[in-house]
Amino acid sequence: MSQSQSNVSGSQVKAKEKRQRKRWITPKTVPYLFILPAVTFFLIFTVYPVISSLLLSFQTREGSGYVFSGLDNYIRLFQDGLFYKALGNTFLILIIQVPIQLFLAVIIAVALNSQFVKMKSFFRVAFFMPAITALVASSIIFMIMLDENYGLVNYLLSLVGIEPVAWLTDPFWAKVALMVAITWRWTGYNMVIFLAGLQNIPGSLYEAAEMDGASKVRQFFYITLPQLKPIFLFTFVLSTIGTLQLFDEPYILTEGGPNNSTLTITLYLYENGFRYFDFGYASAIAYVLVLIIGVLSWAQMKVAGEDK
Amino acid sequence: MTNKMSPMKKTLLYAFLFVGVIVSVFPFYWMFVGATNPSGEIFKVPPNFLPGTHGWENFVNLNENVGILRVIGNSLVITLTFTALSALICTAAGYAFAKFQFKGRNQIFFMLLVAIMIPYHVTLIPLFEIFANVNWLNTFQAVILPQIAYPFAIFLMRQNMQAIPDSLLEAARVDGAGEFHIFFRIVMPVMRPALAAVAIFLFMFQWNNFIWPLVVLQSQDMYTLPVALSSLVGMSRIDYGQVMMGTTLSTLPIMIFFLLLQKQFISGILGGSVKE
Repeated sequence: MSQSQSNVSGSQVKAKEKRQRKRWITPKTVPYLFILPAVTFFLIFTVYPVISSLLLSFQTREGSGYVFSGLDNYIRLFQDGLFYKALGNTFLILIIQVPIQLFLAVIIAVALNSQFVKMKSFFRVAFFMPAITALVASSIIFMIMLDENYGLVNYLLSLVGIEPVAWLTDPFWAKVALMVAITWRWTGYNMVIFLAGLQNIPGSLYEAAEMDGASKVRQFFYITLPQLKPIFLFTFVLSTIGTLQLFDEPYILTEGGPNNSTLTITLYLYENGFRYFDFGYASAIAYVLVLIIGVLSWAQMKVAGEDK
Repeated sequence: MTNKMSPMKKTLLYAFLFVGVIVSVFPFYWMFVGATNPSGEIFKVPPNFLPGTHGWENFVNLNENVGILRVIGNSLVITLTFTALSALICTAAGYAFAKFQFKGRNQIFFMLLVAIMIPYHVTLIPLFEIFANVNWLNTFQAVILPQIAYPFAIFLMRQNMQAIPDSLLEAARVDGAGEFHIFFRIVMPVMRPALAAVAIFLFMFQWNNFIWPLVVLQSQDMYTLPVALSSLVGMSRIDYGQVMMGTTLSTLPIMIFFLLLQKQFISGILGGSVKE
């Protein structure tokens, strides 16, 4: 008897607790609880660093602390030959490698999308494979394959009578090697995005063109490419942002050399920040990078928007 | 359609695709060949094109050199902890943004969207200072914490959550289910496919993460796989058999998962930008 009583009162207490808890966990307050962890981490590890980095870019180290030094870091940056070199290298890769990669991706996607190709999922998986490797791992594999004296690539070239190429030690070829490694890593990734875009083009468009007697080539230029435009914009913005932040590949493949011919913006940022511990200067580099990415992304969206 | 293609054209098409496949896949094969041969074999002229039997020796040497077993353990602990925490936090936030009306919702969400565009290199130096101040340099939490609120993952979860019918949630509330019960017992199970894609995305990000661990991890016993591999390449005398064994160990588990779960993997790595 007494036992059952205590049970009753126990469950009453529980119910009361539950009601009390419910009073402040309502559909009105609960969304704040759900975003609280994310927002807290976001404020500490993203918002604060972004602001702190901006402030740091106006400071220079003096003794053990940092003092405000106005635009000194930025002025120094605009007189720094190495920074221009990093900027130039990065943009050269952007202008040459990104179009090649997207062109290849579209061609492969169109070929794969052809109704005559069987084993589509096999091809898709094979082409996508490079995109699952760590950039560090893929860079190491290319470093070994492109070795000047003993690398596989030079061996294969020698079979067709081509002299060994100094892939990693010649300023020109080092850039080429870097672009080859990046293209290998990212073409399949972009191809799959294009393939999905192609599959969304209504078949009726091609049927109508077929009836009008338009050739396959004409269909490609007048239906496929225009229909893929949003995908082009998307992949172009992604590749641009990725290229501007290029770090892992040049760090492993060439360490920015020879003679800084593969020095990129982020590599230069890393060197200033964590080799020379010049945090103010490195932060200024970071903010120039933010500015460039912002302006380029905005311009790309704008160009795409106006055409519509 | 009733189109036909000449055998000649068809052959060309297949030849083109197969050349592409070979270029895509061959480096992986070469990695296996290198991992199972002594260093000299990869660099012989003409090179040895077949896998060898030196794999175990390479592994043992690699373990003596950089403690690869410990490094793999580090990578696993860091990546799995990060993926679980981040997926949970981002899913909760995505749920709130998609299914609740509250003050400041649009402003906070807009801030997260802007953050997607900001290169994370900007945060490297202040992050380094934060972790130096609390004496957490060279710790796992220093690698795990900074990216836990991953704006892109929150964005993706929000997009997917919008498909949940409000009536489902309302019905549960009428039945007296608590808000947390609804989230863990109704929303999470319904969201399983999206959750899988986001988890793969987060896992791949952290498994391959390089620049931040490189900055913050300072001793070999704390290294993750990419950092350990890069330290091998930086040595004055590089043993390529070991290096290739290391890259194989970092790539092989991912590759097996990829082959088993192709669809989820592709949509995960592409961050849901491709609808299957």
